[in-house]
Amino acid sequence: MSGNLPGFPGSPDAAYPLGANPSFADLVRATEGPAAAAAPMGQLATPGSGEPLRATHGTTVLALNFADGVVMAGDRRATEGFLIADERIEKVFPADDHSAVAIAGVAGQATEIVKLFQTELEHYEKVEGDGLSLEGKANRLAQMIRQNLPMAMQGLVVVPLFGGYDLRHARGRIFRYDVTGGRWEEADFHANGSGGIHARGTLKKRWRSQLSRDEAIHAAVEALYDAAQEDAATGGPIPSRGVFPSVKIIDAAGVHTVGDDELRTAAESVMGEQAQSHKPVGASGAREAEEPD
Amino acid sequence: MSFQPYVPPEQLTKDRSEYARKGIARGKSVVALEYADGVLFLAENPSATLHKISEIYDRIAFAGVGKYSEFEDLRIAGIRLADVRGYSYGREDVTAKTLANAYSQALSTIFTQQMKPYEVEILVAQVGDEPSETSLFHILFDGSVADEEGFVAMGGQSEELTEKLQAAYRSGQPRDAALRIAVEALSSAEDGHAVDPARLEVAVLDRSRGRRKFHRVGADEVASALAGSLS
Repeated sequence: MSGNLPGFPGSPDAAYPLGANPSFADLVRATEGPAAAAAPMGQLATPGSGEPLRATHGTTVLALNFADGVVMAGDRRATEGFLIADERIEKVFPADDHSAVAIAGVAGQATEIVKLFQTELEHYEKVEGDGLSLEGKANRLAQMIRQNLPMAMQGLVVVPLFGGYDLRHARGRIFRYDVTGGRWEEADFHANGSGGIHARGTLKKRWRSQLSRDEAIHAAVEALYDAAQEDAATGGPIPSRGVFPSVKIIDAAGVHTVGDDELRTAAESVMGEQAQSHKPVGASGAREAEEPD
Repeated sequence: MSFQPYVPPEQLTKDRSEYARKGIARGKSVVALEYADGVLFLAENPSATLHKISEIYDRIAFAGVGKYSEFEDLRIAGIRLADVRGYSYGREDVTAKTLANAYSQALSTIFTQQMKPYEVEILVAQVGDEPSETSLFHILFDGSVADEEGFVAMGGQSEELTEKLQAAYRSGQPRDAALRIAVEALSSAEDGHAVDPARLEVAVLDRSRGRRKFHRVGADEVASALAGSLS
């Protein structure tokens, strides 16, 4: 029983070096071998041999700072090649009480990294009796993404955004990553994934400092709506079936999920604004002129 | 090859038990009792940061008495075991029974095979959705396990405490009433001198909380709960 976990008291290898390692990822790797914990897995598919791996991809996610903290959001579509694999997938996950991860990339790999990251933070908190600093959490996530690099080379790319409320500095903070585990802090906003570039364009126009909560939600929904218009892999809101982007707010009180009613209102207001500015004005549009009579 | 003189196992066990008991008797006690919403833990602890009571997993808590370094060792091992289990299988598959078995095995191995036994007594508690699903496993230095019901007292004055609690304990009480009973028992076991509320470590496994049922009761909350008994 106790023998199956390295280092359990009474087992021959029980002697710890100075201080128990509070990392769960290290522990699970030692317990289950190198295949666990998003560690290098060796060759998954030999490049250039036969079918490319068909993995489910999640697409656009974003984060922006507002007056009380951070808003993080993602669209709900997952794709497999040209197919829509899922129209209601979740891409924004609470990492702990005061931070969240939003992930673009291969969904299976992403959810595994999120699960490992969540356990890592809780494990550290329980072993040490205190949680990690927000900076510490952001660095830990960078190391996990770096460990996924061999998988990324095989095409299983995972690129997260990390946002949280820094209790020690009393403000919201956003970190973006690249596939090699590079980590940068963003002062205002960021978006990534296949539609990230389009969402970023919208956020650039809509963001200003000290946005209110409602303005920030509106900006996030609008950015995702614009991304969905430009990028086939990003899903827009489908009010008829109750599908709206997922939006989470992280402030001093914790991580809150924005309810569907509020999102429906925001989505309808974004769509309403766009419909307003596209009212047909006679037959003078360029499209109509090209149509044969 | 040096020859070790033969020591009968009875003698060996007796010596080691005596050694461990002496060590445990020197330390302060911990009390755990079931109340309406879960399990309440109480310890007299001069340190606000070196805990005797802590969280292991969503519904499971740990309490230890005796030598700090040894029960801390067991606590961390328990968290590691629980987190690996929950990650590999499912969160619901981590149970106090699994942990109690692992601790029992570990302590029994240490008791028989190492130079000296651990001078600890530990408690692994778990709450379920219903009061009937609560389990309290009391594990001794030699690995023996007792599945307790209602309340458990461990450490230096465990006998006196058990006596006091037997008289005062009622099942299904509100939290503050349970806390007052526990504090009174602890005070009277300490030769009647009232325990300083600032030196109390109080925590609960509260089944009405979210995923993580463990909660430390702050000094202010403790003070106001105890003030209720005076008025």
